[in-house]
Amino acid sequence: MTQLLQQIINGLSLGSIYALIALGYTMVYGILKLINFAHGEVFMVGAYTGFYAAGALGVAGFEGRNQAFPLYLAVLVLIIAMAAAALLGMAIEFLAYRPVRSAPRLTPLITAIGVSLFLQNAGMLLFSPNPQRYPAILSEVRFELFGVIVTNIKLTIFVVALALMLGLHLFVQRTWTGRAMRALSFNIDAAKLMGIDTNRVIRSTFAIGSALAAAGGILFGLDQITINPLMGVLTGLKAFVAAVLGGIGSIPGAVIGGLLIGLAEQLTAGYLSPEYRDAITFVILILILLLKPEGLLGVVRVEKV
Amino acid sequence: MRALTRVAVAAGVLLVIYGLQFGVEAGFTQYVQRIILLAGINVILAVGLNLINGTTGQFSIGHAGFMAVGAYGAAYIGVQLAGPVHGLLGLGPLADAVVFNLALLAGAIFAGISGLIVGMPSLRLRGDYLAVVTLGFGEIIRILFNNATFLGSATGYFGDSPSGLPEYTNFFWVFAWVTVIVLLIHNLTFSQTGRSLTAIREDEIAAEAMATPSTRLKVTAFAISAASAGIAGGLFAHMQSGVRPEDFRFEKSIDMIVMIIVGGLGSISGAILGGIFVAVSLELMRDLQQYRLVLYALLLIVIMIVRPQGLLGTRELHHLLRRKRPAKPAAPTEST
Amino acid sequence: MRILRRTLISGLCAAALVSTIGCKKNATDGSTAGAVEASEIAIGHYASMTGSTAHFGQDTDRGLRLAIEEANATGGVLGKKLKLVTLDDRGDSAEAANAVNRLIDVEKVTAVIGEVASSLSLAGGRVAQRRKIPMISPTSTNPKVTEVGDYIFRVCFIDPFQGKVMALFARNNLKFDKVAILKDVKNDYSIGLADAFQKAFTAVGGTIVVEQSYSQGDTDFSAQVTAIRGTAAQAVFVPGYYSEVGTIARTADRLGLKVPLLGGDGWDSPDLFKIGGDAINGSYFSDHFAPDVATDKSKAFVANFTKKYGQAPTGLGALGYEAGLVLVDSIKRAGKNDPSTIRDAIAGTKDFEGVTGKITIDAQRNPQKSAVVLKVEGGKAKFETSIAP
Repeated sequence: MTQLLQQIINGLSLGSIYALIALGYTMVYGILKLINFAHGEVFMVGAYTGFYAAGALGVAGFEGRNQAFPLYLAVLVLIIAMAAAALLGMAIEFLAYRPVRSAPRLTPLITAIGVSLFLQNAGMLLFSPNPQRYPAILSEVRFELFGVIVTNIKLTIFVVALALMLGLHLFVQRTWTGRAMRALSFNIDAAKLMGIDTNRVIRSTFAIGSALAAAGGILFGLDQITINPLMGVLTGLKAFVAAVLGGIGSIPGAVIGGLLIGLAEQLTAGYLSPEYRDAITFVILILILLLKPEGLLGVVRVEKV
Repeated sequence: MRALTRVAVAAGVLLVIYGLQFGVEAGFTQYVQRIILLAGINVILAVGLNLINGTTGQFSIGHAGFMAVGAYGAAYIGVQLAGPVHGLLGLGPLADAVVFNLALLAGAIFAGISGLIVGMPSLRLRGDYLAVVTLGFGEIIRILFNNATFLGSATGYFGDSPSGLPEYTNFFWVFAWVTVIVLLIHNLTFSQTGRSLTAIREDEIAAEAMATPSTRLKVTAFAISAASAGIAGGLFAHMQSGVRPEDFRFEKSIDMIVMIIVGGLGSISGAILGGIFVAVSLELMRDLQQYRLVLYALLLIVIMIVRPQGLLGTRELHHLLRRKRPAKPAAPTEST
Repeated sequence: MRILRRTLISGLCAAALVSTIGCKKNATDGSTAGAVEASEIAIGHYASMTGSTAHFGQDTDRGLRLAIEEANATGGVLGKKLKLVTLDDRGDSAEAANAVNRLIDVEKVTAVIGEVASSLSLAGGRVAQRRKIPMISPTSTNPKVTEVGDYIFRVCFIDPFQGKVMALFARNNLKFDKVAILKDVKNDYSIGLADAFQKAFTAVGGTIVVEQSYSQGDTDFSAQVTAIRGTAAQAVFVPGYYSEVGTIARTADRLGLKVPLLGGDGWDSPDLFKIGGDAINGSYFSDHFAPDVATDKSKAFVANFTKKYGQAPTGLGALGYEAGLVLVDSIKRAGKNDPSTIRDAIAGTKDFEGVTGKITIDAQRNPQKSAVVLKVEGGKAKFETSIAP
């Protein structure tokens, strides 16, 4: 029983990270109908920015001693990473996606794959392909509850992810830009006709999604101990499946999808076989696209001729 | 008479290739020969992928999986057949040729069947979703091979001899199969069926309104393209002396996409050029190997932004040659 | 007929294109990089100099280079200087085959050293065997490597022995009788070593309580560690590469799995300590060479290596050096720069004094050598004991 609980806790924390990344996918797809393949790499860059920022702020000095890296510095690292990722996201949108926005569907798809590949391999050149140990931005404290081991890092993941998701929800519901984002996801041309500066809104969407992914990246590094330049590939794909599972274009859907995928992966690894942990995500994708393509919380969109 | 001419021409072409083989084997080092063989295999991959991605407009990015099925299938069947066939025909080039080609066909059939299995559910999806699902299937296939103990799992399948699979692949077989597949797909593309496929690419709903059985055609095209990837896989396996799941990662699918994008999505001659380009650039960039994928990625992005139709667009090389002739003046219209 | 004409034209264009490129490559390669002067003997090394196991290749290359330089400093071999050409195979088996072909055709080597990973040695070895160029693998431990043919040798022990070493150590020295195995199923080195360990451990009365697996490249091991935690295992045998073992150790520590880890020579890299940190202390692994064990020759080697490269050698560096020494000695005994004579000389290596012990190449082209077991303490590997075949 404790094993099951342990696997569930692990699955939910992994799932929260997937949810953070899935939010970026779902928002961009909702507006542009484009799968931002490069989003996984933005997640990776966020993690590495956190790595280098923490290094620059002297985290190495705190490791091994009983002192913890000061909390305000940890928050600073998070902010730096989120800002850097937001800039990267906006740059990608401006340089690679905007020129092909009006092209037939295939072209932006290939461009997105190209950007993703570019960032992966540039990452390998710049950051070294070997896994790097993630610095102790948060020092680890373990608790044991009913035989289940929970670290403060897992708790932080839940708290931070929840906070960010709530923040996003409030933003989308209450602010002007948020409302504009929703308008664009319904009908981008009508929004333009209503005088909304679509370029600005799209830029903001990319920025917010990327910032969330970066937060996910730092949490991932803390939880998974190492990072490497290819960490975005599989994780990004799983987060995309999570977005589809929840209903692409739906923000609560992305959250639920993320948690479900995290759970499915962890339970498969624990009870079936670790070799199939990645395959299960793809199986879920295929099943959901065959049985309920609009996702759990999605709305069936009628395609007009 | 026409059939006889065709057979004679076919025999002639094969003889030419056979003759070229001697020239290649004498004139080039093994190292360069390998690149030439890889170029041929790439051409088969590219032309096959072009049928579904280019001509039919259904974007698949997991084709490495079908190449893997073909490779493992051909390798396994080849090993099983070697005994009986050698028993019948003795040990010699004829027996080897029979075993090899039967194995390749078996690999192609396996690959085609897996193409059907993947295609049938997936081709109901459109655009981006199809791409991700094919990616997923490609990965699933690789993971399955990684865990298949009777095929060697992660270590790979090397047949039953410590020195690996027999190296049947040589210049003649690669380019004979290149000719066969290019001809097949060329004929298919410029036939009635091919026009229906192009119609599906341009506007699927309109095509369906004109009574084109679009799902059936899409799945058929998918299966054919999977089968040709299978042939390429079989040829590759018998050149590598073994089949490893690692040889068919997502990177391989990306290489295939670069091949058809560079040449022009929808053009067979473009696919041929693209296939050669990837094989050659692989070696020319040997010292820049770390940058190879970065450069490929940039190439994809730049091509998409600057010239999305690649080198040839949907045109063929021979169409370009034909356009040089001046247009005939229009016939005067008849007055009623 | 029109179709035929078009196809023929396209085909001829393609053929022409390929031929020109092929000829160009032939010409350029013959005149620039491949030039081997008559006063040189060219030796090839193919290794993973980039990629996720770059440490393996780079360290081996450093040791090999040191051996070649030392030989050249004392006048070379057969009156000629040795030229070492290293090609990167990026950890890819197709590349390994390519690299060996290129070394033979373009760099005109008469012998090849490589590779570290057994799957790459198998790929390169098949090419070397077919082209009849002798190959010495410095560190491939999979028995299949030397079975490829009579031109393939190695200077390290093989996995059946290595698995037995750790099994005996666990049973006799640490007095464990219940061990779990956590192997990398994407890596045939790991699978082979796990297999050997299991056979040997059960043969001396131990039990394998559970067998878990992961794939090279995974970062999350909480599921496997949680499963092992629920058993009565006194240790976990993790025959993987350093890149994952460090993370596994940290995960185990974090999830409260407090037993020592056991491993093989795949652990050997400074990154193991960087990633594993405190969590890896108290674990043991088998290796070819202990940097803190002194014989005169090994002391001199460690000193020279550290002086030249600014860092201490790992087991792979030592084996790269040793492979170089054995090859140089064999060429001397062969008396001429001819691949088949060199091959015979390597096969006849007897009681050669290396830095990791005395080497005699047996009939299966493997050496009979002892292994050392190292203990991880304070972020370093320290010699614990040595076990002979």
